[in-house]
Amino acid sequence: MTTEEKIEYKVIGTRPIRPDGVEKVTGKAQYGADIRLPGMIYGRVLRSPHAHARILSIDTSAAEAHPGVLAVLTAKDLPAAEDKMEELGESAINVKEVSDNILASTKALYRGHAVAAVAAANAHVAEEALALIKVEYEVLPPVLDVRDAMREDAPLLNEERHTKSMGGKLSEKPSNIAQFTQFSGGDIEAAFAEADVVVEHEFNTSMVHQGYIEPQVSTSSWNADGTITIWTSTQGAFAVRSLVAEVLRQPISNIRVVPMEIGGGFGGKLPIYLDPVAALLSKKSGKPVKIAMSRTDVFEGTGPTSGTSIRVKMAAKGDKITAVQANLAYEAGAYPGSSVGAGAMCMLSPYSVENFQIDAYDVVVNKPKTAAYRAPGAPAAAFASESMIDELAKKQGIDPLAFRRANSSEAGTRMVTGVPFPRIGAVETTEAAINSAHYKSPIEGPNRGRGVASGFWFNAGMQSSVVAAVNSDGTINLIEGSTDIGGTRASLAMQLAETLGVKYESIRPSVVDTDSIGHNDVTGGSRTTFASGMAVFEAGMDIRRQMITRAAKLWSCSEDDVVYEDGGLRCKVDSTKELTFKEMAAQQPRTGGPIVGKGSLVARGAGSAFATHIVDVEVDPETGKVEILRYTAVQDVGTAIHPAYVEGQIQGGVVQGIGWALNEEYFYNDEGTMVNSSFLDYRMPTALDVPMIDTILVEVPNPGHPYGVRGVGEVPIVPPLAAIANAIADATGHRFTTLPMSPRRVVEELNGLS
Amino acid sequence: MARSYVSTNLNGTETDFLCEPRQSLLEVLRDELGLTGTKEGCNNGNCGACSVMLNGRIVNSCCVLAVETQDATVTTIEGVAQGDQLHPLQQAFLNEAALQCGICTPGFIMASKALLEREPNADEHRIRHWLAGNLCRCTGYDKIVKAVLSAEQMQGVK
Amino acid sequence: MEAFDYVAPRSLADAFAHLTNGRSSLMLAGGTDVIVQLREGRRHCDQLIDLKHIPELTALHFAGDGTLEIGAAKPLAEIYEDPEVARRLPGLVDAAALIGGIQVQSRASLGGNLCNASPAADASPALMALSARLVIGSASATREIPVEEFFLGPGRNALQPGELLLQVKIPAQPANSNAHYLRFIPRNEMDIAVASSGARFALNADGRIESARVAIGAVAATPLMVPAAAEVLNGKLPTEETFGAAGDAAAALATPINDMRGSIAQRKQLVRVLTVRALRGALARIQEAR
Repeated sequence: MTTEEKIEYKVIGTRPIRPDGVEKVTGKAQYGADIRLPGMIYGRVLRSPHAHARILSIDTSAAEAHPGVLAVLTAKDLPAAEDKMEELGESAINVKEVSDNILASTKALYRGHAVAAVAAANAHVAEEALALIKVEYEVLPPVLDVRDAMREDAPLLNEERHTKSMGGKLSEKPSNIAQFTQFSGGDIEAAFAEADVVVEHEFNTSMVHQGYIEPQVSTSSWNADGTITIWTSTQGAFAVRSLVAEVLRQPISNIRVVPMEIGGGFGGKLPIYLDPVAALLSKKSGKPVKIAMSRTDVFEGTGPTSGTSIRVKMAAKGDKITAVQANLAYEAGAYPGSSVGAGAMCMLSPYSVENFQIDAYDVVVNKPKTAAYRAPGAPAAAFASESMIDELAKKQGIDPLAFRRANSSEAGTRMVTGVPFPRIGAVETTEAAINSAHYKSPIEGPNRGRGVASGFWFNAGMQSSVVAAVNSDGTINLIEGSTDIGGTRASLAMQLAETLGVKYESIRPSVVDTDSIGHNDVTGGSRTTFASGMAVFEAGMDIRRQMITRAAKLWSCSEDDVVYEDGGLRCKVDSTKELTFKEMAAQQPRTGGPIVGKGSLVARGAGSAFATHIVDVEVDPETGKVEILRYTAVQDVGTAIHPAYVEGQIQGGVVQGIGWALNEEYFYNDEGTMVNSSFLDYRMPTALDVPMIDTILVEVPNPGHPYGVRGVGEVPIVPPLAAIANAIADATGHRFTTLPMSPRRVVEELNGLS
Repeated sequence: MARSYVSTNLNGTETDFLCEPRQSLLEVLRDELGLTGTKEGCNNGNCGACSVMLNGRIVNSCCVLAVETQDATVTTIEGVAQGDQLHPLQQAFLNEAALQCGICTPGFIMASKALLEREPNADEHRIRHWLAGNLCRCTGYDKIVKAVLSAEQMQGVK
Repeated sequence: MEAFDYVAPRSLADAFAHLTNGRSSLMLAGGTDVIVQLREGRRHCDQLIDLKHIPELTALHFAGDGTLEIGAAKPLAEIYEDPEVARRLPGLVDAAALIGGIQVQSRASLGGNLCNASPAADASPALMALSARLVIGSASATREIPVEEFFLGPGRNALQPGELLLQVKIPAQPANSNAHYLRFIPRNEMDIAVASSGARFALNADGRIESARVAIGAVAATPLMVPAAAEVLNGKLPTEETFGAAGDAAAALATPINDMRGSIAQRKQLVRVLTVRALRGALARIQEAR
């Protein structure tokens, strides 16, 4: 489906097999845990059993004496880190806090917080040694609820933390509220007073985990010359390099990060946890050290996304949303830096709303430091706002999608930050949903209902760098530094093939280590196909220019008379002069040597993504179980480079959203222990829990990209929470405002049991 | 710790190794025998990433001790393709874009293969039921299920 | 994981010799629970005794009187794939086919599921409804008990030191009877029962219920027989009202706890609903067989 005149592409829009595919279906691809180095030993990390405790002492002597143990590490072995912020792609983090999160120094701030590490001949021996480390704790009361943590009398995680408000102002008293931000515009009081209808609710969501199947793992060698090599699976090898350099206080050039294949991330593999620990254990033992997390370590010791408490008051007059007041409190976990800012900024972006006030609180609690998770901050905010919009539409007697269409953002609409949108596809997406076969079909039968919701994500640009080397036979090696987490080798090679007019199969893309290419920011923010794609386009154009120059020389004509088209060169003034790409490639030794195209840039003009989802559910009122009957996701994808992988991103995001809506949660006991830290009790959807996920790709090309690419990976997780809540409300007449809408919550509510 | 001598048929080859009783089949495959195609996702039988065939049945190799495989027949993902010839399931996963990160893929291919050997015409519901022990977090399962259906077609044609 | 020895006896006599050699032992059948428990440090042993190579423990056959005898270490998949088992005892297949995923069913055994004595074990209510008996042996003697007497509390069973669970015996079911086992889980697979119910009954010539048995799981420290449900069922016509009364009896007996998997109120509600649905399922099977 398209709205602008569609450009005819040769490669873009086709569905070729990904270059790394055969290795992955045969088990040959090397993921983080698959590396094995000569003399390698194994590390394990000791974690705090308490959610909040002062560390009084750590005695490692018995562990050091255990046969087979080669090194033991505590926070004392880490260099004192600088108290400064480091950019991590989508977010910035404080280096001192990164260091303290890697190995706790004075306080354990959550159950699972690393306090010591051991390297031994094998993992079993390392584990035995962990049991021999004696840590003396003074257990402190944990703060586990975001609203409780905000109270003045709440126990403090850090007595020296004060609330930072806009303009850098600090609160007088210390607080667990790390940051307060407000966005406002118009006159909400007047708008509420004049409204036809006002609705108000509080919404709550629990921490949820990205749930990537590959646990974190890192292997490191502290080499004899003082350099450090790290083999790890990460969303950003260069980010790992920068952070390890900061934490270990090493020059960046001393560290080489070799990106292994990555088994999922969704934002969770942006931070570092194990890399500096493995490096220091290697330094102490003189051997390469591999540390892998267990699944429980992953749940307890890595970054999930925030639990949230969101209060929303929303008004409508006629078919227009006239005022919104919202108060968002997000759990940052043990250190500041939740995704509340993004949540506040995304919440109303699908709509044009004149009068608003959004208050955002970043709050520390005794839970793991949160990390990014697919459109971080936006799903919970959309759960609240899109549920309220549904209520308003119902009260005004307007079809929920027609109501959304009537308020839809378009080019020129200002976000709550005041920034106006360029050409976006919000209207087209909503209309495609209205016109979909799914929405036009009837929803019948008892206990069945239909829900819709829309969502927004910014998408990111940032830095990318690629090199493309032309080989003498006309094939091309495309050297990139962006982690390929789900098919970007293919989407980048396709863009290069399109730019050069050559066959996709003639391009061999490689993701290389940090010594072998310029800096690339993380694979996050749905940026790789967009931003690295722009770099690839630049590299392709660079090759074209070089080839034109050389052809002009060969033909003794002006460069202006040489045309590069359809994968070859021709002379405008002499039709006998033609060279195919392959022939030109063969001429390299005689025309100036190797042709290497380069693209290195900060990508501006990331096009925002909009999505509208439709879901049908059936609720079993006797058991509270919600079955997803049918699901359609409509999304403006700009230009779908490889439609199959675009669909895959959408389908995957939707199913994560279904899990979040219905079953997933960090379930804590009163002591602050997550009691469901396994894939048995942290219930991610199985194949049997979901239907086929239908997708409708709307293509409103992004004017900021040569091929119109918009990031597609994140926005699909934004609408499902609210869409499903709205469907359940339609089926049962009950509005659920707390996630997950688990069978327990639903059956208790529907039968008045709670 | 005394290590036991174990002899087993691994991907069609008589293989012997030494292991401690506490070592899982998964651990020995990966760390001792260098067969890293079998993946660890949870190490407690809840994700299926470590699925292998043991004596003709699909099992989680994290929940099998390596010592148990004395005189057994074990097939891992490395034993699925015949030389350069991919198994129809492997080809179907590629054609249908049924993998994103790919970490769960070997487990899904092993489990799907076990299904198709028993039920070459399994329908969508049966496929979803059979594969419920294998978690994928990237694809939403849509394209995986379609790939298995497509492999059934390919096998039927063969 | 802590170190342990592994032994794989080829006969019951060998197994009992290992079991009584003074070292702490755990049994390995399918290993899907015990290996995880050892890995997580929840259980400990000097030696792990692999029971799978003892012919009696992996046998499955119907005796002359129609009793199904299943070796305690027989994998679940081999039980439910047996066409005769599927024909005669669908209520057993219900449970065997939903313990874990396919990978788990390839290995896990009825014996392991029972000996773990989890209140939520799927095999327990299903077998209780079918009047199953357990054969327990030691080096010197063999005894037989009704399955419902095997469970003493969470993780505690009736095995004495030196004893092994050898066999599960399911008697020939009454004429014109059938059974159904149901559990509730939040997902559709790969979960632990939040509550469960197994029901079996026969219909006599008048179309009235006879030989009713209802057993429930995950709603008390052990799986429970619900005699009050049998009482309200026997002699009645299989109506929704009767089934509802049996469901109420099940809910009344339940003394569940609040935990991460479910709440007290939810479990009481579920055990009523599941009991009614299991009774409906059994009835449907009886009617289908006619």
